[in-house]
Amino acid sequence: MPTVVISGSSCRDFTHGESEFEVAATTFRQLIRELEQRFPGLGEHVEEYMAIAIDGVIYQDAYHAPLKPNSEIVLIPKIGAG
Amino acid sequence: MTFIGNKSDLRVVGTRPVRPDGVDKVTGRAVYGADATMPGQIIGKVLRSPHPHAKIISIDTSKAEKLPGVKGVITSADIPNIPSEEAFVGEGPMNFRDLSLNCMARDKVLYEGHVVAAVAAINDAVADAALKLIDVKYEILPHVIDVEEAMAPGAPILHDNLFTAGVTPKPTTASNVAKQVRFTIGDVEAGFAQADVIVEQTYTTAPVHQAYIEPHACVAAIAADGQVLITASSQGHFMIRAYTAKLLGIEIANIRVTNAEIGGGFGGKTVVYLEPLAVALSKKSGRPVKMTMTREDVFRGTGPTSGGTIYVKVGATKDGKITAAQTIIKLQAGAFPGSPINPALMCAFAMYDLANVDTLGYDVVSNRPKVAAYRAPGAPISSFAAESAIDDLARKLGMDPIDLRLKNAAKQGSKTVYGVTHGVIGYEEVLNAAKAHPHWTAPLGKNQGRGVATGFWFNIGGESTGGVFINEDGTASVVTGSPDIGGSRASMAMMAAEVLGIPYEKVRAVIPDTASIGFTHVTGGSRVTYATGMAVTQAAQAVVEDLKKRAAMIWDISPEAVEWKDGEAVPAGANAGGFDPLPLAAIALKAAKTGGPIGSEISVNAQGAGPGFGAHICDIEVDPETGHSTILRYTAVQDVGRAIHPSYVEGQIQGGAVQGIGWALNEEYIYNKKGHMDNAGFLDYRIPVASDLPMIEAVLVEVPNTRHPFGVRGVGEVPIVPPMAAVRNAIRGAIDLEMFHLPMSPPRIRAAVDAAKAPKAAE
Repeated sequence: MPTVVISGSSCRDFTHGESEFEVAATTFRQLIRELEQRFPGLGEHVEEYMAIAIDGVIYQDAYHAPLKPNSEIVLIPKIGAG
Repeated sequence: MTFIGNKSDLRVVGTRPVRPDGVDKVTGRAVYGADATMPGQIIGKVLRSPHPHAKIISIDTSKAEKLPGVKGVITSADIPNIPSEEAFVGEGPMNFRDLSLNCMARDKVLYEGHVVAAVAAINDAVADAALKLIDVKYEILPHVIDVEEAMAPGAPILHDNLFTAGVTPKPTTASNVAKQVRFTIGDVEAGFAQADVIVEQTYTTAPVHQAYIEPHACVAAIAADGQVLITASSQGHFMIRAYTAKLLGIEIANIRVTNAEIGGGFGGKTVVYLEPLAVALSKKSGRPVKMTMTREDVFRGTGPTSGGTIYVKVGATKDGKITAAQTIIKLQAGAFPGSPINPALMCAFAMYDLANVDTLGYDVVSNRPKVAAYRAPGAPISSFAAESAIDDLARKLGMDPIDLRLKNAAKQGSKTVYGVTHGVIGYEEVLNAAKAHPHWTAPLGKNQGRGVATGFWFNIGGESTGGVFINEDGTASVVTGSPDIGGSRASMAMMAAEVLGIPYEKVRAVIPDTASIGFTHVTGGSRVTYATGMAVTQAAQAVVEDLKKRAAMIWDISPEAVEWKDGEAVPAGANAGGFDPLPLAAIALKAAKTGGPIGSEISVNAQGAGPGFGAHICDIEVDPETGHSTILRYTAVQDVGRAIHPSYVEGQIQGGAVQGIGWALNEEYIYNKKGHMDNAGFLDYRIPVASDLPMIEAVLVEVPNTRHPFGVRGVGEVPIVPPMAAVRNAIRGAIDLEMFHLPMSPPRIRAAVDAAKAPKAAE
């Protein structure tokens, strides 16, 4: 199962400090739904403000992004820029 | 997606053709925002607050409205009072209500220059006279400018409804600290315990403006049926459309925006200031309204990037292995929340493979203009401190500063403080190229020093639309939704020409209005060549597939029996038939007979933009008598993935380096005790000019990003990250003094020199 890793404080607030856990999701969209179910508010927070890095590749606003069984999923703030 | 970026196979990509917009720009034919006109237009101007913090008691516009020639006056009463709504724009999260309040103050003014009213009149003189007739009564409030003072107990509070996010338990008292955020990996205390050498310092940086040469300008008209036309200079005409619609409650389909040529943006033109006001004034007056900022308007009313305070602690073993790194960053957001605190924290040590890192940041409001994005938002600020500390660490260890960086360099598989594991990156290649460059070992003279610093930026992809259409004569038109700021028309045409197999000169790229192409996110984040280039490449590939089918139709053979080579359809083999090659032009001529117009438009949401790294070497000479610094030589090395048009890439690197040098040496907002900016013009806000600097040598390292068909990495952000520390470290080499505050202007260097002499004088 993919493993979710959280390094930033904004998401840890939702998980009460839990920083690493496995999920059953197979897409970014499913991940949002699963996070919302397990940690109410986190799915919405990720949907609005977070990107995910799947095995080091950053995906932003990409429901379709696939999560492989052994993927490392990192929740990071969305990246803007100038 | 097929990677087609093998350099030896490329004919167009990697060459340096003449820029397509060059003639227009040097002859004055190019239409910038201030050049745009509409029939019957009148002039719009704004009234700005003279106070940095005050309640608006009343606004009486009656005298202004009665002035002959005045066609309309607006205040916040003419702008919808929209509810709070968070969105992710520009450099990070933003609230549309804040954006509305930033365009036009409602109950309070929050900085000197905050707009309180606007007029539309038949000419500039009447508009100016009308502004003087508007009577605004204020209740002046205490103000706060400095970030540390804004965080201090008892500071004037800007927003009664702002409570610090990210702390537990949730505060019940309003604060100027909008957000606290932290990223941590490993155990920094254990890491520092392993260190033989520790460097610990606090640095400050000043807010600096993007200093685009072209001030903001637009012309807008709303018709009786509600249809809105806007021409504006910006980094995204779809952004102008979306924000104007949101702020004024207009359906997006009723707004059409044409993007004028843009004279620089660097992130500062990823938000709106004038356009909603111009539309509101047009609605009030029934006429098209033209609005143009002065340079003073730009300084007083638009967003610079943050200034901040940065604490850094770095520890290493005697052999130079960094065991822990820590930073605490406090960033000014300006009048509304939204400093680039996240990327500042995330980028500070992203160049290094570190097991123990702790970064803590604060987003702080104060009575300054709301910050806007500026190249690699946040990263230059944190990297100035981090890369200065790394340099000081090298000195303490007696190590070459590049060797120290190489020993700790991030590489594929290195985990960052924000949790992401780096993929294929080119930091080591960049460091090795810098070390091998003759500049690194060139001799130095008296009062001369050499500094090096490095930088990182994520780069982004995002939503883009690109189209490729074959004309009847075999030439091609490329259309994209990305305003051309850094040469994207050339790079888009080059990628299309490469795929089509035709000369670059046969392809023309244009940027149509928002009603004529699919949505495209702003030109920013070093995303256009990556994301829009991906859309254009895919569109060109779709056109090639179509051309092969049409050739098959002409030859009356199977499409699978046709190949595309050097701009021609050729039979795939002897069994396909003995046909002569069909050039693109010949197929275009038969477009009607083979199915109609030939073209493709592709929209993408590009993911996986590869990060970029740079290393800058700076030689400087410091006059200890005057404190004046002269940049003698400057070399900027960067991993660019694959340079589509190397001259434009070099231009991006040179421009970023120059802006960073200005940030390092001269640029700052100077406020007086009344909270007024004292240097709102280019005479007193000193940006570098050509005569200040040597030619910046850009060295391109190419470690292709395999997620882009040509291997592109964004290049526009990275080059502004290293300069401040590179300059600072060079100054340290020149006069053996540590500098901790930006800008390192002549008075500040003089003061450091004097302070260093003082103990000796006392002896």
